[in-house]
Amino acid sequence: MLNRTADNVARATPEPLAKRIRGISDKGLAWLFISPTILLLLAINIFPLFWAIYLSFTNYRANRPNEVVKNLGLANYQRILGDQDIWIAMQTTAHFVFWTILLQTVIGFTLAWLIDRKFRGHAFWTTIILVPMMLSPAVVGNFWRFLYEPQIGLFSYVISFVTGIPPTNVQMLSNVELAPWAIIIVDTWMWTPYVMLICLAGLRSIPEYIYEAAEVDRASNWRQFWSITLPMALPFIMLAVLFRGIENFKMFDMVNLLTGGGPGSTTEVASITLKRQAFESWRTGYSSAFAIILFVAVFGLANIYVKALNKVKQR
Amino acid sequence: MKSTLKLALGLASAIFASTAVSNVAHAEDLTLCWAAWDPANALVELSKDFTKQTGIGMKFEFVPWTNYADRFLNELNSHGKLCDLIIGDSQWIGGAAENGHYVKLNDFFDKEHISMDDFVPATVVGYSEWPKNTPNYWALPAMGDVVGWTYRKDWFSRPELQKEFKEKYGWELGPPKTYDQLMQIAEFFQKRQIDGKTVYGASIYTERGSEGITMGVTNVLYDYGFDYQNPKKPYEMQGFVNSADAAKGLELYKKLYDCCTPPGSSNVYMGESADAFKSGQVALHMNFAFTWPGLYKDEKVGGDKIGFFANPAGPKGHFAQLGGQGISVVSYSDKQESALKYIKWFANKDVQAKWWTLGGYSCLNAVVNDPKFPSSQPYASTFLESMAIVKDFWAEPSYATLLQAMQKRVHDYVVADKGTAQEALDSLVKDWTQTFQDDGKM
Repeated sequence: MLNRTADNVARATPEPLAKRIRGISDKGLAWLFISPTILLLLAINIFPLFWAIYLSFTNYRANRPNEVVKNLGLANYQRILGDQDIWIAMQTTAHFVFWTILLQTVIGFTLAWLIDRKFRGHAFWTTIILVPMMLSPAVVGNFWRFLYEPQIGLFSYVISFVTGIPPTNVQMLSNVELAPWAIIIVDTWMWTPYVMLICLAGLRSIPEYIYEAAEVDRASNWRQFWSITLPMALPFIMLAVLFRGIENFKMFDMVNLLTGGGPGSTTEVASITLKRQAFESWRTGYSSAFAIILFVAVFGLANIYVKALNKVKQR
Repeated sequence: MKSTLKLALGLASAIFASTAVSNVAHAEDLTLCWAAWDPANALVELSKDFTKQTGIGMKFEFVPWTNYADRFLNELNSHGKLCDLIIGDSQWIGGAAENGHYVKLNDFFDKEHISMDDFVPATVVGYSEWPKNTPNYWALPAMGDVVGWTYRKDWFSRPELQKEFKEKYGWELGPPKTYDQLMQIAEFFQKRQIDGKTVYGASIYTERGSEGITMGVTNVLYDYGFDYQNPKKPYEMQGFVNSADAAKGLELYKKLYDCCTPPGSSNVYMGESADAFKSGQVALHMNFAFTWPGLYKDEKVGGDKIGFFANPAGPKGHFAQLGGQGISVVSYSDKQESALKYIKWFANKDVQAKWWTLGGYSCLNAVVNDPKFPSSQPYASTFLESMAIVKDFWAEPSYATLLQAMQKRVHDYVVADKGTAQEALDSLVKDWTQTFQDDGKM
């Protein structure tokens, strides 16, 4: 009776799909399932990359589809590398990336360290600190533009209250010296919580018994910080730096909303230059070459950095 | 199972049929693409008459000025069918003609007896012709526009201010005729207390992203001797773009920006400039003429409080930057017949007269040369005076590249204090030369 039931169940159970579709192995079937995803990735990621590489060697302009496309060889690359304006944009980007990462790391780690003390209401304050990160960059850009407004902006009035300078003289977005810092302040305000979260994860991953052992050895708080907290949280800090570095290297939205690259070209980071060349001047071949150069730079730097990160983790 | 299949088929057929019917019902609807601004609203109103007469419905795709060029040039470059009719910017005409985006209208004009001689000559050259000054028409002049100025008539007429001004500068406070006078007025009002409020001299174009600062600074440059090229030798720019006189004009614009604009004026274009005037911040306000009807109607600063004047003259001439657009039929549209019907209707004298009364700026001679025209609106005579002195930016297929170069060089100098005026214009010549060399024109 039991055998008959088992046979019935076995008969009712559908055969593996591979057996029903003749000639397809399990491996073949696996490929069949993942091929739509691979095709999609090829279509939206890999093909455009290779297409951009091809265009970077040509004089193609997207606004002149009827014109003959000429092969320029390395001329676009040579022109970009010899273009003073491009180097200024790269310097502006480097300045922005350096200061935002420095400030976000220092403030983010400090906040994480304080939050990790688990004082009363720390969960509430953690949520409050995270709010800027949850906002859309478009919203942040727009309301900071109003805050920086010299005639009605709250920021100008606060600076005026503290320093005594008339608020109309605090022209954060119009002043050549202040405009880069205006963007750094906003980016730091928005993304420090993100760095804080990663650092907090790092701090929480340090086993409590290490601190207890240090207490037994009568290590001071300062000594514990330098010998336990910082080294053990370092891989997390480096990870946060990597994420923010890549993100800020291609920063566009905030700069575009706050200053549009101005005044003049003072805050024109590489992504703004790229957008202007590609979609305002319509130099598609030239901008493709610039995009490839940026891609190689970010890819190369990120690789070097990841190797350093792995070394730190292995220590 | 069968009944479920039947039900599904029936449902699908019903959905298909209803969609098809709806498509048939709106098959002749035309989509007109333009910028989102006051005249566009007037055109919506005006176009109701076209629908009444022809039964052809009108749909509109209006995009804010800051995205207008990006959005519609992308649409044209991708051969999109969104727009059947487009009111494209004057500088697009070269690229649109050479790349086949617009339908050439010569045969249609001949067939329908629409003569370009019936339109203001400057608008025909500016909005319709490519190559310039040849009888090849790609658009019908639709919206005349030009940069001009408004001023606070009520402030200018205050006796105490008039007295103080005359004592200081030796002439009666009134609309300036020259840039020196404009500068003096702007200086006079800068940071002055009027009715307990701090006011400023002038609001001028300084926008960096699209075309703002170029549309502003060219008004001064033209008057100081700037020319795009040697009139006798096309594309020769050395000594014309960067002449010593042109550099003086650029210096004056910077002086005006540094001295006499409200705080935070580093990125001002049409909207911001009009806002500065409407909020009672400035005595003088540079803007395209399309803003004038709205400002005149404004409760706070309009009516008797506002005056209008044409761009002042400079030592080397008297010009104003042309704005405005022509209306074209998009060559990728499937409804070109209907679109041409719209153009024919729009060219009609009565329609053009109504266009003016609704707030659009007609380019038809019969409308603007009507003896009653100068007194039809307080700004009508200033508009006419300004349209007589217009000059436009390059309309070459590479206009976008040329424009971006000028935006950068001028903004770097005027707003960001980078280098000298001469260096800015020298760099501009280099950029433009490179562009024309890339195009094979030099």
